[in-house]
Amino acid sequence: MNPTPSQTVGPFFGYALPFPRGGEIAAGAGALTVHGHVFDGAGQPIPDALLEFWQADPAGGRGGAPGTLRRDPVNGAILGRHGLDFTGFGRVPTDADGHWTLRTRPPGGRPYIAVAVFARGLLHHLYTRIYLRGDVADPLLDRLTPERRRTLVATEERPGVLRFDIRIQGDEEHEETVFLDFS
Amino acid sequence: MPDSQEQITAEIVESHRVYAKAREESGQESRHVLRDFAPYRSSILRHPKQPLVVAGDPEAVELTGPVFGVTDVTALDSDLTRQHVGEPMGERITVTGRVLDRAGRPVRGQLVEVWQANAAGRYAHQRDDHPAPLDPNFTGVGRCLTDGDGRYAFTTIKPGPYPWRNHVNAWRPAHIHFSLFGTAFTQRLVTQMYFPGDPLFPYDPIFNSVPDEQARQRMVAAYDHDLSVPEWSRGFTWDIVLDGAFEGEHR
Repeated sequence: MNPTPSQTVGPFFGYALPFPRGGEIAAGAGALTVHGHVFDGAGQPIPDALLEFWQADPAGGRGGAPGTLRRDPVNGAILGRHGLDFTGFGRVPTDADGHWTLRTRPPGGRPYIAVAVFARGLLHHLYTRIYLRGDVADPLLDRLTPERRRTLVATEERPGVLRFDIRIQGDEEHEETVFLDFS
Repeated sequence: MPDSQEQITAEIVESHRVYAKAREESGQESRHVLRDFAPYRSSILRHPKQPLVVAGDPEAVELTGPVFGVTDVTALDSDLTRQHVGEPMGERITVTGRVLDRAGRPVRGQLVEVWQANAAGRYAHQRDDHPAPLDPNFTGVGRCLTDGDGRYAFTTIKPGPYPWRNHVNAWRPAHIHFSLFGTAFTQRLVTQMYFPGDPLFPYDPIFNSVPDEQARQRMVAAYDHDLSVPEWSRGFTWDIVLDGAFEGEHR
């Protein structure tokens, strides 16, 4: 069947899509922090982007679990994950500085977190990956030049804290992030 | 100085002409949106210039995706007219349809999220400074899970068109934003549902960022008289087809 085309998420998703602790796939001991900025082709941070994350659980399971948006049936408020199941899904809007933060546990199996990038001005979301380490053999990384490969690998700032910037469009000084085609 | 509507329309027409010519020569139909669509000025610095890299990995994590369940929605979420003490202003409508994968199979038990402007064309968002009234009885956010046939259904108010600053006298056709999940992260879709016969279609660079006329029409709901409820609401239907590879597709 012919697919329904995408349209931009626009500037006004902020009261609809984000939810409390959306960027906290897992917390507590053993959790990692991954954070960074989203930049446009002028090198400016994008304050109205929305990132979604999907990953395997620490044992490599890819089944996820419901309950990321778990609700209070009394008043409809979002209670969020109860912390026992690993839902594998996160959603974070960038802040006024174009910055985002994700807290999670490293996935088992393939060493990456899948990312979908949405933004005002972006007519169809983009897929990229956060590789938590670069010293791995990987069917995607191994096909990229060193410059391109580097855009997919997070940098350790200090133990437990990784940096990952996303450049929707490259500029003269910065390599554009690698985005993926899954059609 | 901001561009005129004439300038934007001329760019849209030229882009569609180039596409139609390429389609004629190659026989290849574009089924999607152009990320690089200059008439939508905000896209200029917000699209990649490098080609996408084909993942080409049958074991990719993206071939699976998040799941949602009954704890993620409440019954009231799908009726945007009942979320406050009073009734919202505007025309009550129902919108329903099925979510399908590209093989035509229903996407069951998945999350559908919607958001929209109120009847006057104003979003309940602090950054929307369009001087139209806010409606204390309308937020404009809804969610539901698809049923066993992949069907979603919302009751809401018909959103109004609204101005924006892409160019002078820019107006968005009335639309409802939709966010959809399939069985795989690759099938993720955020799009906009439009209403049939909107006179603003030819002027809007976002609607026209989809170069193919038939593909554009797949974003437009149909009025469905059988779905209209006597003395109560008008009905619209809109089916959604998710693209993207998924696990088990070729079985």
